[in-house]
Amino acid sequence: MTAPAAIEVRDLHVVYDGLAAVRGLSFTVPAGGRMGLVGESGSGKSMTALALMGLLPPGWKAQGTILHDGVDLITQTDKALSARRGRTVSMVFQDPMSSLNPVRRVGDQIADVIRRHGGVGRHEAMGQTIDLMMQMNLPRPEQLARSYPHQISGGQKQRIMIAMALACYPQLIIADEPTTALDVTVQKQVLRLLSAATRERNSALLMITHDLPVIAAMCDTVAVMYAGRIVEYGPVRQVFRNPRHHYTRGLLDSQPTMDNIALDGSSRLTSIPGMVPPLPALPSGCAFHPRCPVATDICRARMPEIDAATGAACWHPVAASQPAVAS
Amino acid sequence: MTAMTIERRPLLALRDVTQSYQLPRTSLFGPRSSFTVLDGIDFDVCAGEAVGLVGESGAGKTTLTRILTGMERPQRGQVEFDGQDLWAAGAAERTRFRRSVQMVLQNPRSSLDPRMRIGTALLEPLRSLRIEGNHTRRIHEVLDQVGLDRSALGRFPHEFSGGQLQRIAIARALMPNPRVLVADEPVSALDVSIQAQVLNLLKDLVQDLQLGLVFIAHDLSVVAYTTSRVSVIAAGRIVEVGRPVELFTRPAAPATRNLVDAVLTVESGLAGTAL
Repeated sequence: MTAPAAIEVRDLHVVYDGLAAVRGLSFTVPAGGRMGLVGESGSGKSMTALALMGLLPPGWKAQGTILHDGVDLITQTDKALSARRGRTVSMVFQDPMSSLNPVRRVGDQIADVIRRHGGVGRHEAMGQTIDLMMQMNLPRPEQLARSYPHQISGGQKQRIMIAMALACYPQLIIADEPTTALDVTVQKQVLRLLSAATRERNSALLMITHDLPVIAAMCDTVAVMYAGRIVEYGPVRQVFRNPRHHYTRGLLDSQPTMDNIALDGSSRLTSIPGMVPPLPALPSGCAFHPRCPVATDICRARMPEIDAATGAACWHPVAASQPAVAS
Repeated sequence: MTAMTIERRPLLALRDVTQSYQLPRTSLFGPRSSFTVLDGIDFDVCAGEAVGLVGESGAGKTTLTRILTGMERPQRGQVEFDGQDLWAAGAAERTRFRRSVQMVLQNPRSSLDPRMRIGTALLEPLRSLRIEGNHTRRIHEVLDQVGLDRSALGRFPHEFSGGQLQRIAIARALMPNPRVLVADEPVSALDVSIQAQVLNLLKDLVQDLQLGLVFIAHDLSVVAYTTSRVSVIAAGRIVEVGRPVELFTRPAAPATRNLVDAVLTVESGLAGTAL
C-alpha cells in the first residue's frame, strides 16, 4: 500500500496570451520524496513552481491537473489556495532579502505562520518559533528572534525562510534556487539543514535549480527541463551518470568542476552552442534541435515524447554506455 | 614559485597596499576609529597571464578591484602599471592607464544602458577616453574577437541573451585596446550552458591578445578552470597564493580550505559525500 503522492502533476501548461512557458509537464513527487527540476533561465522551471503554489503573475493561466492533498489545485479558489500555502505546501524563494518583511522582527514573521495555520496563541507560537530557530542552528535564538531582517546575515535570513516554510509540517516544500543568492561557504550548511529538516518531518521536497551538483546532493529523482518541457526524467544517479538526452549531456559537460577539468588552466570546457530560445520563437519539433550535435530531419519536424526505456525525449538518444562524468 | 618571481615582469601590480575607511564617530568628542579593509596586499598580473582572486563576500575583493583599476587611491603602498607608480605619475601616464586597464562586470544587463544601441555602447569607451582613429574598423575587429555578428550593432540590449550580453560587455571593454582586463564574477549571473562559452572566450583572449586577466570570483572551480595562479583573500589579507591544483589538493590556509570544502560536484553529490 503506497501513500498518496505529495504532488502529482499531469499535462501542466502555463500560458499567457498565446505564449506557453510550460508545455505539457507531468511528474510525481512521492510522499517524503525528493525531486529536482533542473533548467536554465527561460526553461519554465520557476513558472512551474509558481503554478504549483497558485502564485502565477497576473495574466498567466495554468491548465492541466495538479493533484495535491486529495484536491486539484488548479480548480481551487484563491482563498482556498491561500489557506493552503504554508500549511500543506510551502515555498522557499531564491532571495531571502526580498521575501522577508523588512519592518517586522524575524521571530514574529515565523510566529505569524504558526498562528495562522496552527490555531495557537501568541505565547505558544513564540515558543515553537524559538524551537524551530534552534533546529535551524541559529545562534542565540531568543535574541535573534527580536532582530529585523537587515540586522542578520544572508545565510541566517535563508534559514529563517526555511523555518517559516517548515513551521506547519507541510507535505511538500518547493525550494526555488534556495542557495543561489548565498555565499558559497554557507551554501552547504543551508542545504544540510534543509535536507535534515525535511527528512525529519517527512516532507517531500521539490528542488528547483540550475545547479546540477545541488541536485546530485539533495534529490532522488530529477527532471531536466528545456523550453517548457521535460526532456529527461529519472533517478538522479542514472540520469547524471548516464544521460540519454544530448541537452543533459551538454549541461554535465559544461560544468567546470573538478570532475572534468585539468587544474592547470590547460583544459577547455565543451559548451552548448547557441542559447535558450525565447518563448515567442520556439523551434519546431524538438526545441533543442538548433543546438543539438546530432539533430536530423525528424527532430525538426516532430516533437519527441519521453521514452519509457531511456527516460529521454529524444529521437537519437545518447548511447547507454557513454558516461558524461568520469567516475 | 621563487624562480618564477625573479623573472616576472608584471604589467599591473599592487605593492604592500593597505586601505582603511574611517568609521562614523560613536561619541561626540571621541576619536573616529577606522576599519582596515586591505592589509599589506601584494598582487600582480603579467601580459598573457590569467590570475584569479577568490574569497568570501566581505573579504576585500571589491576594494582590491577598485584600487587595481585606479578608481580608489590606497592609503599606503603602490599601484604600478608597466613599472610606473600610478599615483605618482603625470596626467599623460594616468590617461594611458585608464585606457589600458578595463573591467567586465558581473551582470551585463545592468552594466549596459538599455536605451543605447550596441553600436553606440561600444563607442562609449572611445568617446569618454577621447581616443581618435577609425572607430568602425575597431568595432568590426572587436566583434570578430568575441565572436559576434555585425548585425548586433543596430540592436538593443534586451534583444540578447545573458551570454551574448556578456560577450558585448567584453567587446566594450576591449574597445580601447587594453592590456589588462579585470573581470569581476563575469559568469555567475549566466546560465550553466553559457558559462562555458564565456570562460572559453576569456581564455582565448588572454592567449590571442596577450592580455593580462584578473579573474575575481567566489567559486574556486570556475577560477581554477580559467587561471593559472590564484590568490586567496580573507579578512583583507592574501592568505595563500598558488596554482589551482595546489590549492585544491593541499589547501594550507583555513580560508582556502573553507572554499575548497564549499565546492559541490556532481560526483560527490551522487556518492553521498557532498553534504
